[in-house]
Amino acid sequence: MTTANQSANLGALERYRNNFLKEVEANVEEGHMVKMCMQCGVCAGSCPFGPHWEHSPQKIFMMIRAGKRDEVLGSDSMFMCTSCYNCMVRCPRELPITHIMHGLANYAHRLGIAPKGQPTREFATLFWNNAIKKGRVNELTLTLRHYFRGGLVSGIKEAMAMQSIGLGLFLAKRLNPMEIFGGHGVKDLKGFHAIIAKAKEIEDRKKGFTA
Amino acid sequence: MADNKFAAYICSGCGIGDAMKVPQLEAIAKKEGKMAIVKSHPFLCNAEGVQMIRDDIANEAVTHVCIGACSRRAKTEAFQFEGVAMSRANLREGVLWVVAAGKDHDEVRQEMAADYIRMGCAEVKKMTPPAGNTKESSSKRILVVGGGMSGMTAALEIAAAGYEAVLVEKTGALGGMAAQLWKRQPFKEPYAAAQETGVAEMAAKIAANPKIKLHLNTTIAETSGAPGRFAVKLAQESGAVSEETVGAIVQATGFTTYDMAKLPELGGGQPNVVDQAGLEALAMATKGGAIKRADGKEVKSVVFVQCAGQRDETGTHLSYCSGHCCGTSIKQATYFKDQNPEIDTVVMYQDLRVPGMGEDFYRSAQERGVIFTKGKASTVTGGDSCNVTFKDLILDEESTIATDLVVLATGQVPNAGVDLEAWNPVVTAAEGGNEEAKIQRDAMRTTSVLKLNYRQGPDVPQFKHGFADSHFICFPYETRRTGIYAAGPVRRPMDILQATDDATGAALKAIQAVENAAVGRAAHPRSGDLSFPTARLEGCTQCKRCTVECPFGAIDEDEKRFPVFNEERCRRCGTCMGACPVRVISFENYSCDTVGSQVKAVEVPDEDEEKPRILVLACENDAYPALDMAGMARINYSAFVRVIPVRCLGSVNTIWITDALNAGYDGVMMMGCKKGDEYQCHFVKGSELAHYRMSKIGDTLTQLGLEPERVQTQEVAITDNARVVKLINDYVAELEKLGPSPMKGFG
Repeated sequence: MTTANQSANLGALERYRNNFLKEVEANVEEGHMVKMCMQCGVCAGSCPFGPHWEHSPQKIFMMIRAGKRDEVLGSDSMFMCTSCYNCMVRCPRELPITHIMHGLANYAHRLGIAPKGQPTREFATLFWNNAIKKGRVNELTLTLRHYFRGGLVSGIKEAMAMQSIGLGLFLAKRLNPMEIFGGHGVKDLKGFHAIIAKAKEIEDRKKGFTA
Repeated sequence: MADNKFAAYICSGCGIGDAMKVPQLEAIAKKEGKMAIVKSHPFLCNAEGVQMIRDDIANEAVTHVCIGACSRRAKTEAFQFEGVAMSRANLREGVLWVVAAGKDHDEVRQEMAADYIRMGCAEVKKMTPPAGNTKESSSKRILVVGGGMSGMTAALEIAAAGYEAVLVEKTGALGGMAAQLWKRQPFKEPYAAAQETGVAEMAAKIAANPKIKLHLNTTIAETSGAPGRFAVKLAQESGAVSEETVGAIVQATGFTTYDMAKLPELGGGQPNVVDQAGLEALAMATKGGAIKRADGKEVKSVVFVQCAGQRDETGTHLSYCSGHCCGTSIKQATYFKDQNPEIDTVVMYQDLRVPGMGEDFYRSAQERGVIFTKGKASTVTGGDSCNVTFKDLILDEESTIATDLVVLATGQVPNAGVDLEAWNPVVTAAEGGNEEAKIQRDAMRTTSVLKLNYRQGPDVPQFKHGFADSHFICFPYETRRTGIYAAGPVRRPMDILQATDDATGAALKAIQAVENAAVGRAAHPRSGDLSFPTARLEGCTQCKRCTVECPFGAIDEDEKRFPVFNEERCRRCGTCMGACPVRVISFENYSCDTVGSQVKAVEVPDEDEEKPRILVLACENDAYPALDMAGMARINYSAFVRVIPVRCLGSVNTIWITDALNAGYDGVMMMGCKKGDEYQCHFVKGSELAHYRMSKIGDTLTQLGLEPERVQTQEVAITDNARVVKLINDYVAELEKLGPSPMKGFG
């Protein structure tokens, strides 16, 4: 899958030389609205996480128009979005900013050029893989995998720090230790996997990732 | 007017009768005011009250009426008597509503009312009802100078309203700048695509219209006269001179593009760098096909640099925004995108300004894929591949774009003719015998558009940045020359849509002007005023102050340097009257005497009574309404002031100040409009002149042994109803500290 992504990446470069905006329009959810931004900066001023990102939506949109492909797709900004929708509600040009930010994050992730070690991206990957397995999230394995993402020692440390909460969840019958053995899945697991595979196939085709 | 008969009518309605002793006021009007008939009525402005006055005029041959009721600004329809001179004593807004209620104030309230009655009686006795000056031969034709979009629109609108237009165009064809355009910005729904200019259709309509007389290849050789009787000599290119008589003039002389040769850093003059007019020429050459550069290469990428030589803060280039250029660049970008969507089009702007429905057009260009980059270009190099180096204002970094063609959005420079600020010193020097100045004057005169033979210079005065405007808010189209209206980009920068609206407005103003001139009525802002200034020339010292200071160039000089009043050019502000050191200028119903007698009519109490008297001369346009509104809002001010409305602070003659101080008034306060560059004076210069004149009388006061603080000049806006009260009350407190005037008892 990695090689397929990389070749798509190269292909995109080839196809859209000097015109990253068109690449975004073709591959990113709601990407066709990026050109409608009028650079007023209301989104940048509205974002509660504003000071903590590298680039505000206003800057991201300007960078797309300026053809700064590597900077945009390598930015951590899209991953920092908390989906509060402040920007989207306030945008005078009614750009679906939140959706575009998620679309960009998704596109950069699929191309494999999103920033490595970005916590939001890592957790999202963990969550997706976990949920896909049985068609539902296994909270126990998800939590443990998250704790042990940095190795055994840090995992144990983190798990110990959280043990009282874990115990509380167990006593309140919110956490079943038996789930560690794989847990239960959705009714028609095979059908579920088929749905996901089909959806992926459609999306890949739409966004030019067909291997 | 051999048999003048004076009458006073006092209204006791609106509570006047409850708060004041009306019989006493009647006695004052009779005894002191020497009114032949004095009557009171409980509701003077109703049909019965008005009929009472009308009956007296008809049966008792009353010629002069003093109405003691509400403000002169109220009930104007009721109190309107043809052929009769009338004064208004402001007992309601000026006394009843501003003097504190209650018995404690009965005495001062009654004194104030009595003084206003005395003043009203004194004023009306000095007035003559203005007869007007109807002219049989007054021309109602209108000259339109300039055959561009604005001029063509004005001519067509004038003709559509049933008047005759004379359209003069310097070149051999109509259309002006608009004729050079491939298309114009959208002006109709849905504002999403450039539209045809329609120049050819308009030119055809003009040619076919019997009410429009067209002179092509023609310029103006001389304009003389005044509204209703302008004599305009027209010089044809062939050398032939003809003359047209017109009643008013619409100046629609448009603009010239800012010379891009002055912008070498932005590539002005280099290959493949054009201005917006240059791009229109390239588009015209292919008429919708692929746009090619001068070297024949098809343009695949283009960058529009906005604000090129505009909004310049260094003082080198134009300091203003021309308003149309963002929309024009958007339009030109669509020329490329509509022909081939693959062409890279970048509009580089600092602030995108698209007035009117331009936002829709802006969006439509974004939808087409035009890239809008917020950036400031620093250098442009022309050549086969042009480079635009700029600072990206969003990403805060220096960048460079390579492109086939660069379009510079340079601004509009008005074709307003001679700048009178530069003209006047040259003429003064030339008149003094300076030969060089004479040559310079003649050279300047050739650049004039209207070639007016007015004493004040050959063109209309310019307001800001060389535009032939007079005021930005209150009076569009109005220039400082009566009967001459500026329309289109000569007045302020604008696009075609605004220019056509502007031309329509100016055409209507011109029609008003010819109609007014025919019956001797004043134009804006004293519209309908039939009075006009006359001078007792036997007393004139030929000092020229009136001719120099008239804000509207209404007064010429004859060979002996006596003033020659052109009544039709006059706006009736009285600035000449205020200027005259020997007080020989007056209007029938407004003169040094009408105001002076009011000043003297006030009863000034003795020093030991501790009742100061303060004269307030308030401009009738803003200050007096503000005082009235203070009354309507029942905000109290000191009962020691006596307010006299004046037409403009510029009409205040220093004799009134001297008279007041000699009579023992403790202070004089003048309230006029805002002066200076952002002036709000309805007569442009009146307030400024008054401030200047008053700044000179400090020394005189000191010589008289008076403190300079006893004369104050204030700028007041019409909305200042609370502030005027504070100004008055603060001033009264200040004067109380100063103590009574030492002149008391000598009057």
